[in-house]
Amino acid sequence: MREIESSGRTVEEAIEAALKELGAKREEVEVQILEEGNRGFLGLLGSRLARVRVVLPDSPADHVRSFLREILSAMGVSAELEIRHREGYIFCTIHGRDLGILIGRRGETLDALQYLVNLAVNKLIRDRIKIVLDVEGYRRKREQALIRLAKRLSEKVKSTGNRVILEPMTPHERRIIHTALQNDQQIYTFSEGEEPYRKVVISLRR
Amino acid sequence: MKELIELLAKALVDHPEKVSVNQIAGEKAVILELRVDPEDMGKVIGKQGRIAKAIRTVAKAAAAREGKRAVVEIIQ
Repeated sequence: MREIESSGRTVEEAIEAALKELGAKREEVEVQILEEGNRGFLGLLGSRLARVRVVLPDSPADHVRSFLREILSAMGVSAELEIRHREGYIFCTIHGRDLGILIGRRGETLDALQYLVNLAVNKLIRDRIKIVLDVEGYRRKREQALIRLAKRLSEKVKSTGNRVILEPMTPHERRIIHTALQNDQQIYTFSEGEEPYRKVVISLRR
Repeated sequence: MKELIELLAKALVDHPEKVSVNQIAGEKAVILELRVDPEDMGKVIGKQGRIAKAIRTVAKAAAAREGKRAVVEIIQ
């Protein structure tokens, strides 16, 4: 959070000056008027400057950065964070060496961190936001691996006629499998079981 | 390890000042006893223990760097 006081001939001018100094937009800040200001008589006698206090709260991206910095440093990991903000989403990519520890088996550590950062940050801000964590391209590689797996297993289902049940996956990973096979006319996919053990089933379309 | 669990727990609860972690270091395992305000138990456990599981997963990863196992106990 950053907070400054500024003055100007009118309240509007004082706010403008503060926004310029903070590099912020009007809708991002909260304004408190400390003094209305008075032009005085012919702008000469008894004129008083308007004074305002302008507060720029931490953005969701700031919260994501400071939370992850603390956590990573407590884990003994040195890494760079790349954060992009897009309507309702924050994409955060962690760059560095030896980050396998942050990924874990099949991404379980990364998913755990992502879940915790979502809880922690959404506790601090007004409008819900979804945070997606990645470690240096891991998620894209995993997505490609899942698509290959889906294609391979669908061929097996077609040749044997038996359905195949995959291992438990997160909703995001299950969606990748469903999407990869949705245009295959001979196959249909669905999920069964309860979270967090929900599994995709690949079956022959009858 | 203690600091990590403290940071995570404090970020999740409504009463961060009531968070405390006691670390018991063994040869192969680190036991971390986490205490929070009774009102905050749900905030560190979650539905079906989902939050507790995420905390344990992160703790496990951090401990693995030191060649140890982490056991996070949430104490009533």
